[in-house]
Amino acid sequence: MKSERRRRSWLALVLGGWIVVTAPIALSVTLTESSAGAEASDQEKAREASQNPRAEYWREVRHGAQGYSAVTGPEANVLIQDGGETWQELRNGPASTIGAWLMAGVVLALGLLQIFKGTWKLDHRTGRTIKRWSAFDRFIHWGLTVSFLLLALTGLGLLFGRYVLMPLVGKEAFGAVAAVSKPVHDYASPFFIAFLLLTVVAWMKYNFFTSYDLEWFKKVGGYLTREHVPAGFNNAGEKVWYWFLSVAGLVVVASGLFLLTPNFEWSRSTMQLSSLFHIASAIGLICFSLVHMYLATIGNEGTLEAMVGGEVDERWAELHHDVWYDEIMASRGTKAEPDAGSARVS
Amino acid sequence: MARMKFLCDAERCIECNGCVTACKNENEVPWGINRRRVVTLGDGEPGERSISVACMHCSDAPCAAVCPVDCFYTTDDGIVLHDKDICIGCGYCFYACPFGAPQFPQQDAFATRGKMDKCTFCAGGPEEDGSQAELEKYGHNRVSEGKLPLCAEMCATKALLAGDGDEVADIFRERSMRRNTRPDTWGWDVAYKDGSHEI
Ligand code: HEM
Repeated sequence: MKSERRRRSWLALVLGGWIVVTAPIALSVTLTESSAGAEASDQEKAREASQNPRAEYWREVRHGAQGYSAVTGPEANVLIQDGGETWQELRNGPASTIGAWLMAGVVLALGLLQIFKGTWKLDHRTGRTIKRWSAFDRFIHWGLTVSFLLLALTGLGLLFGRYVLMPLVGKEAFGAVAAVSKPVHDYASPFFIAFLLLTVVAWMKYNFFTSYDLEWFKKVGGYLTREHVPAGFNNAGEKVWYWFLSVAGLVVVASGLFLLTPNFEWSRSTMQLSSLFHIASAIGLICFSLVHMYLATIGNEGTLEAMVGGEVDERWAELHHDVWYDEIMASRGTKAEPDAGSARVS
Repeated sequence: MARMKFLCDAERCIECNGCVTACKNENEVPWGINRRRVVTLGDGEPGERSISVACMHCSDAPCAAVCPVDCFYTTDDGIVLHDKDICIGCGYCFYACPFGAPQFPQQDAFATRGKMDKCTFCAGGPEEDGSQAELEKYGHNRVSEGKLPLCAEMCATKALLAGDGDEVADIFRERSMRRNTRPDTWGWDVAYKDGSHEI
């Protein structure tokens, strides 16, 4: 029994790791697949059948065979569903543990980066600024941020709160917090969806990869060496964040919409699958957003100004987004590089 | 100490749904919710079988394992109950439960759920035994009055058995012996024939 359990949890671990990694593309997987390994061997079946002619019949019941029930309700005619066991093992197991380790790893890595490299300071400021984000850009960014953080905090509370918060504050108090968290999570979601769609549409034009992005990747954005790296309006790291947000955001939203509307009577397997996709994509987004929030605040001097006032110091632009800086200078007609004048065509 | 169990004898269940109705009435179960249901397999075909199913009060209950607020508890009698004051209606217990026992009243926007409702083995909830609050939230606490769940008590063919696991097992074993089969075999064929050929 025990080794059987260990084998199952091992299977769950492999499966879970696989789901976390391939969540966005693995849409065709079904939960019932994973129980195939637990099937009795043909020999066993044959022996059983000779002793008990109905063994096959009851085995089907065990795996979700449908009958008839006078009681109506979601899947009331199914006697036993076995997807729940797989879902429970994956959610309480790898989805939670790998997720927690990933988040802890990101926080640790950022902490080490800050300790060993510190803030990327501006060597000087010119005092002159360049317009970077419009009022509309900033509105959707902060709308997205507030709704995302609300969802992340309440969502993490529902997944980990029982193990982290409840021992500290007690069952009743945590129950009260959770009772608020759930509606907050539900009602924040339409705002997140709206802001996400606006962001994805409005900012796509900044995020197509260019040839010099390869160099940015090779030098890891210069974050380890403080080397100069080329970048346009958005650097390669920001572009990856944008595309990750677009894809994982779509997964988190699609799976979340199922979970949000249970009384449309989605089947339990749909909900179980949605739950796992939701957890995997949400944790991926949380990890990446931690990196983003770090780099936008204490990681780089002068970056936060871009999203607060909408303008950046010229030196910041030259240091972090040189290609964009050159374009701006060229279009302004002011001298940035010796040959800026010749680029000016009338 | 007793370990409470339900057992439904598929040889005897005649799909009368008396258990469903008895439960609904005894516990004033909200509209649209049934804590118990009868499922008929192979309906209308020779050898069809019916089974009455509700919360099976698992020893290692999946509902309790996935509950984000840990609102489930197991009584000394092995009955799995939950606290509706703590439940947030997330529905996870329903995804985890093999038997589809947890039920949810519909509630307001987004078609979200109210607090979960399920079979209590007629043992009420965390409120004081026999109190009005307990009756309103969880239904009749018959166990505290020394009675068994009404579904089983009402069962006309005594297909549905409820009570201490050992006694339920004894009754079923005796039945099986009379049917001249091993107690873990099922079905009409073995009950009335030697099992070597179909009806
Ligand atoms: C406290 C939290 C946050 C802070 C301080 C912050 C700050 C910033 C700043 C300063 C920029 C401009 C960077 C530049 O001009 O190059 C920016 C861009 C951006 N932010 Fe945030 N942000 C936060 C949270 C978030 C969250 C939660 C999301 C998404 C869920 C997000 C998504 C974006 C996106 C997509 C961009 C565009 C640039 C890119 O693609 O990386 N931000 N943020």
